[in-house]
Amino acid sequence: MQFRDHRVVGDILELAQRYRDQDADELVFYDITASPQGRSVDRGWIARVAEVLDIPFCVAGGIRSVAEAEAVLNAGAEKVSINSPALSDPGLIDQLASRFGSQCVVVGIDSQTTPEGWSVHQFTGDPDRSRDTRRETLQWVSEVQQRGAGEIVLNCMASDGVRRGYDLAQLAAVREICRVPLVASGGAGTPEHFAALFEAGCADAALAASVFHSGAIAIPDLKQFLKSRHIEVRT
Amino acid sequence: MDVAIIDSGGANLASLVYALQRLGAKAVVSDEAAVIRSAPRVLLPGVGSAGNAMARLRAKGLHEVIPQLTQPLLGICLGMQLLFDHSDEGDGPSDGGAGTQCLGIIAGKVARMTATTQLPVPHMGWNQLAVQQDDPLLTGIGSEAWFYFVHSYCAAPGPSTLAQTVYGAPFTSICSLRNFRGVQFHPERSAGPGARLLANFLTLV
Repeated sequence: MQFRDHRVVGDILELAQRYRDQDADELVFYDITASPQGRSVDRGWIARVAEVLDIPFCVAGGIRSVAEAEAVLNAGAEKVSINSPALSDPGLIDQLASRFGSQCVVVGIDSQTTPEGWSVHQFTGDPDRSRDTRRETLQWVSEVQQRGAGEIVLNCMASDGVRRGYDLAQLAAVREICRVPLVASGGAGTPEHFAALFEAGCADAALAASVFHSGAIAIPDLKQFLKSRHIEVRT
Repeated sequence: MDVAIIDSGGANLASLVYALQRLGAKAVVSDEAAVIRSAPRVLLPGVGSAGNAMARLRAKGLHEVIPQLTQPLLGICLGMQLLFDHSDEGDGPSDGGAGTQCLGIIAGKVARMTATTQLPVPHMGWNQLAVQQDDPLLTGIGSEAWFYFVHSYCAAPGPSTLAQTVYGAPFTSICSLRNFRGVQFHPERSAGPGARLLANFLTLV
């Protein structure tokens, strides 16, 4: 999503309020082109969102320094999420955790399935710059926790966008070594996919974008469905 | 002015300011003793670590001012933890390994939560309250209400516990002693029930 255009900001506010009214538990705003383009998140919209939103929200995209994170948090975001910049400079995780506390430091990981297991990709927001870092996903999950990450969002690239369900095998492997909240991302296509994720117990929360944006799944319906499967949800 | 928000350092006072703004309340953010003493109500938020927050309060002499206040005060998250005697947070070598001496208003100490793969720490998410004692802070808030928590430390239930929540073990989610109250969750990020709780606080005298 592009956040620079005023008209788009209006759309963001409307969307944020709509999801809030549908009882979304948390919103994440991704500016996925920020890192590949070497620019930071434009922060004007964050304060506008914070003014109207009364649920937690996280901002991701091109946050490369303590000062940039501070500006985002001061504008009213609960958390910052870093992905590509953490791969370029892992020490940034330590710096953010020691300055603001682990609870507001989310590390996003784009993980691709390989013949040997899973590896971490960087700059996935731009097809021309997206690259395999050759870092082993499980090793990176351990490292970011040691450095002070308070939450991990694992985006399983092989299942992302294809709506065939979350990558439960990969999430279970990560869950086993993860002592901070783990958010599953990539693959949600039906309410059943969410239920399967929580019943397998391999993530603390589920993130989805396209099925909600397209209206394919309405959040209240999804929550009712999960409730009927005896999964605890806020309604 | 309806309420003074104590600036205890750290980032993110904005979400609280906006929440009060949505309720039509006039809030002033301050770290000056005179402003805080004369406010009709006081909010003590806190994001960051107990050690940093107490150092900020001490630097302004507020560690002596706050316990003497007689108007309604509400500590939020770390701000609630600071009301207790002591927190384990700040156990690092730079803190002398002894944790952090807090405001000592409510007896008891704040301890680190234990992480397991089933119950990761920080505890992050929406939970409900088991109310132990009625209080005007909870007017109109039913037992089905959900509140948003983000914390790695907590206080065990004790005599001052108004409500508790279970995450592995029960912990104090609301505490109260005289004019001092504290909530472990973030009312400013807890949708309707959070707004109601803040509105209730703004009616306290």
